[in-house]
Amino acid sequence: MATNNKEAFVTPLSQNNPILMQVLGICSALAVTAKLEPAIVMGLSVTIILAFSNAIISIIRKSIPKRVRIIVQLVVVATLVTIVSLLLKAFMYDVSVQLSVYIGLIITNCILMGRLEAFAMSNKMVPSLLDGIGNGLGYAWILVVVGAIRELFGSGTLLDYRIIPESFYQFGYENNGMMMMPAMALIIVGCIVWVHRIINKDIVE
Amino acid sequence: MKLNTENNLYTILYIVVVVIVVAFLLAFSYSGLKSRSDANERINKKEQILAALNLRNLPKDSVDAVYKQVVVSDLVISADGQVVKKGEKQDQDGFQIERKAFSKDNLPLYICQIDGDTKYVLPMVGKGLWGSIWGFISVNADGKTVYGAYFAHESETAGLGAIINEPSFQNQFQGKLIATAEGDTLQVVKSGAANNEPTKCDGVTGATLTSNGVNMMIHTYLNYYLPYLNSLNNPQ
Repeated sequence: MATNNKEAFVTPLSQNNPILMQVLGICSALAVTAKLEPAIVMGLSVTIILAFSNAIISIIRKSIPKRVRIIVQLVVVATLVTIVSLLLKAFMYDVSVQLSVYIGLIITNCILMGRLEAFAMSNKMVPSLLDGIGNGLGYAWILVVVGAIRELFGSGTLLDYRIIPESFYQFGYENNGMMMMPAMALIIVGCIVWVHRIINKDIVE
Repeated sequence: MKLNTENNLYTILYIVVVVIVVAFLLAFSYSGLKSRSDANERINKKEQILAALNLRNLPKDSVDAVYKQVVVSDLVISADGQVVKKGEKQDQDGFQIERKAFSKDNLPLYICQIDGDTKYVLPMVGKGLWGSIWGFISVNADGKTVYGAYFAHESETAGLGAIINEPSFQNQFQGKLIATAEGDTLQVVKSGAANNEPTKCDGVTGATLTSNGVNMMIHTYLNYYLPYLNSLNNPQ
């Protein structure tokens, strides 16, 4: 039992990472990583919502009629997302303004449906909760790495603090506009997958 | 006990119960949090109006007090320069109009006092690349030059179109002319093409469509407000 719990939490961080291995959630990984800050907040929001929806679905999994299970999963996720966005509006208005579209996008994030269907529907509550947190964090760290690379080379800043000094620009250094394009995010994700497979030889088929 | 979860009746009842529970949860959290989020929205709108008057980064709890002090009244005018509602009380007339309700005959306008000088704040709305954009431009008492500007957006690309929300973009509007003698209004042109001309501001590099959106919005709304602004100088 204990090893199961640990496994549910640890494998999504690297060996069974949702982005690198399951190739889920790529769309939002491209959309929100032009800057580091939205990437971090998006990663955290997905982690929280995934953990809760995994736990809820796992609790009611035995009562869900098989034919309508996807609809039930969708309703649970959409409810959680709406409540989180209402809470943000009431208590952290500035954050909610910044995240306006991204929060809504969480409903369509395929990691959620993927984990609910693949794990929470057939596992107990505690491992499901841990699986949710693990997958959320596995998704978040990729977003943070991609966001950091794109913001550093695309705008010369990290979290809006200037990292590349002004003097570099006077010597003709220029920000890479390509970094701001979603295409570059896909290339960076590709490079991370590459490095990840060099390090973990055992996962190469 | 083993439930037969494949039964039609069970399936229908299950869905009905789920929907009722969810509807109740959502309705409850919405109405429970509504007063808080409305208050946040009002403060946010006041912050934006003050930002157009170059009063930025005020602490949250002082926004109401500063707004009360600075904004004298908010009225509603129409595009031919007529005052529709006088707005003798604060937060009553112009302030109540939501962005969606802006039209040629329903234009809010804020009259403000800063260090004894009168300023006019003109709200405007438009379309960016992905969603709506809006802004406030404050005009000096002569009705001819820009005192400050503030722009915001719903969902422009972070790092590109979203730059219109940053002071570096907004501050270049200060001191620009609202319109030339020939009637050409303030413009946002291609980045680097403004050349310090009095009615031109640089757009955002790599965000041509958002910049065009800002340009269109300014063009449309300044034309709405111009008759009123012109009447400030030539009282008939």
